[in-house]
Amino acid sequence: MSSDQRLPVRRTAKLYVGGQFPRSESGRTFEVWSGDGRLLAHAARASRKDLRDAVVAARGAFGGWASRTPYNRGQILYRVAEIMEGRRAQLEDELRDSGADDPAGEVSLAIDRWVWYAGWADKIAQVAGGANPVAGPYFNFTVPEPTGVVGIIAPSEPALLGLVSRIAPVIVSGNVVIAVASERSPLPAVSLAEALATSDVPGGVINILTGSPSELVPWLAAHMDVNAIDLTGCPDELVADAERAAADNVKRVHRAGEAAQHLSEVTAFVEFKTVWHPMGA
Amino acid sequence: MSDLERAAPARPVMPAWEYAPAPESKDIVRLQDRYGLFIGGEFVEPKSGRWFTTIDPSNEAVLAEVAEAGEEDVEVAVTAARSAYVTAWRDLPGSERAKYLYRIARALQERAREFAVLESMNGGKPIKESRDVDLPLASAHFFYYAGWADKMEYAFPAMKPTPLGVAGQVIPWNFPLLMAAWKLAPALAAGNTAVLKPAETTPLTALLLGEVIQQAELPPGVVNILTGAGATGASLVGHPDVDKVAFTGSTEVGKQIRRAVAGTSKHLTLELGGKAANIVFEDAPIDQAVEGVVNGIFFNQGHVCCAGSRLLVQEPVFEELLEKLKVRLGTLRVGDPLDKNTDIGAINSRAQLQKIGELVASGVEEGAVIYQPPCDLPERGFWFAPTLFTGVSQSHRIAREEIFGPVLSILTFRIPEEAVEKANNTPYGLSAGIWTEKGSRILWMAERMRAGVVWANTFNRFDPASPFGGYKESGFGREGGRHGLEPYVRLEPVS
Repeated sequence: MSSDQRLPVRRTAKLYVGGQFPRSESGRTFEVWSGDGRLLAHAARASRKDLRDAVVAARGAFGGWASRTPYNRGQILYRVAEIMEGRRAQLEDELRDSGADDPAGEVSLAIDRWVWYAGWADKIAQVAGGANPVAGPYFNFTVPEPTGVVGIIAPSEPALLGLVSRIAPVIVSGNVVIAVASERSPLPAVSLAEALATSDVPGGVINILTGSPSELVPWLAAHMDVNAIDLTGCPDELVADAERAAADNVKRVHRAGEAAQHLSEVTAFVEFKTVWHPMGA
Repeated sequence: MSDLERAAPARPVMPAWEYAPAPESKDIVRLQDRYGLFIGGEFVEPKSGRWFTTIDPSNEAVLAEVAEAGEEDVEVAVTAARSAYVTAWRDLPGSERAKYLYRIARALQERAREFAVLESMNGGKPIKESRDVDLPLASAHFFYYAGWADKMEYAFPAMKPTPLGVAGQVIPWNFPLLMAAWKLAPALAAGNTAVLKPAETTPLTALLLGEVIQQAELPPGVVNILTGAGATGASLVGHPDVDKVAFTGSTEVGKQIRRAVAGTSKHLTLELGGKAANIVFEDAPIDQAVEGVVNGIFFNQGHVCCAGSRLLVQEPVFEELLEKLKVRLGTLRVGDPLDKNTDIGAINSRAQLQKIGELVASGVEEGAVIYQPPCDLPERGFWFAPTLFTGVSQSHRIAREEIFGPVLSILTFRIPEEAVEKANNTPYGLSAGIWTEKGSRILWMAERMRAGVVWANTFNRFDPASPFGGYKESGFGREGGRHGLEPYVRLEPVS
């Protein structure tokens, strides 16, 4: 049997929650089509319950991830870049199928973004925190700490770079995330999840849901155990309601440029803690 | 309070010190009968036509009539602020903005006693606190941010800061002048103009600050001060030409404001309530810890968002600490805010007194054990004796809700992990206190507190260079330090 007669094995596109790959508990899927009209997959359409499960997984992973040394977190982010580099071909194919302008360029930028943020891990506190010269006999310093569980609505385009650009700056400081991927092009997110599962990122630190952002945004914004939301990819007509819902537990709300790369994307999801201690002999 | 019995003191308190009255003179304060709104550099009559009285909470005497700003007044003030922003302030060199702020800082130093007396008259806080804490810090805050005005490009790495425009700022009644300084100084330094709404019960020092701003010859409209109550604040926050909203106050109102600005492009920072744990380990210097606990909850009658209102004591030292606390409570002098020996002044308002009474009653009903030292409270005015609760469980309302009064709930713990668990078991996250002689434990605990300010072997320290603000439902954004500039600027990456 020659190779062109062999029937390829198709992949089931699933959610990524707590380091596992469940289907949606709702049993729902949605069709993913290529730009040229091929049916690419039936991706899992995450439900409100899947979202809640993801929040539980994320909260469970928060303490361990936040308490790792920044050096260790930096190495783990760098490791994601390593794994992605080995999966370039798959990621480029998926971006090409989704109609991306420059699949190879986008994959390169996404990989380099992990590398860039990886290097921030053990520098954030030095640049964003510091010692405060108070008028009294006290040692006083301010350190950035992760906000906690962060919900992300990733931009619909660029599907891979947009998602990586939202996740990497959030987790580098020790936060954990639930990211809702591009609805139009969910497959690069599924492949990213598979790369993450074989990297050193602990299960639950990054949870990726595919499905309808419009359906999930209200539940994410209202969830009382989510500390912050990134509405970068949130449809404009849903932003006001999401911000209103976010008031219930005083969530931090952030919207960024779709592919922004800056320290400010990290500090948007940190809390500054200031510690005082008297000085005396 | 009459429905609650006062327990007998633990043992005879210290030798009965007799303190002669030592009242600070009120002569330095020149009260007006009526105060208008401070808009466009002038004190003006309110278009609303409405006025309200402001009182001295220690004796309920009327001090003055104050204008109540209505929607039309908000409109005029925001327009004045916008105009000043565009024509006078935004493009003024930072070095010149700085000099205006230095003038304000100096004027507050020069008139510190006048401000302190007025603050204690209108708010009920002891003169030694308004004199030694509120006024020096308010002046220092202007001085600190004055120095930033011409150094903004150094504040944010790889970012270019530009001012936001008009800031609408709503402040509370517990540190009236100091909160005005916390709001105005960074806003003005960064090049914004402001409309400030002081709290309904404590408008007078903010209005006196208006006079200082006038005398400092700030361009008219750079600072506008609108007195009024919640409706005035809501109008200001909701005004479409306000670019930035900054609020300090209750978590409940903070959430309302968050909803009100949802879907707009307004920038928002919130400094809200707290229910801080003050944690005493068995190896703590007990006498120092007692002073820290007392300062933590009775400073400013407990009207402090970061007050150490939940005392967590490690079991081996619980009895000893409780005994010493009771003795110390017996020495606290409650009374005339203007008496230089007073430790605990008047409760700020009748409404707040009722809220404290209601929560304390719930503590008794839910089974906690109340202790109050014998103390004579004045007949007129609003007063509450320093209060301790023991036998408190985490589910009691007095352990969960912000009381904002001189009421301490005491819980115990056995191991550090339990202290961490209990300290963080609250939707709030503003502050925490740690008392131990063990350095590694201080840092271990400090790292685990989900709170924006951690005081170790001290409590209730503030400084303009020190960022202040909350985690979780205690709000977001920081005031003080370099971090305190960020809420007042738009940041663009330097390409």
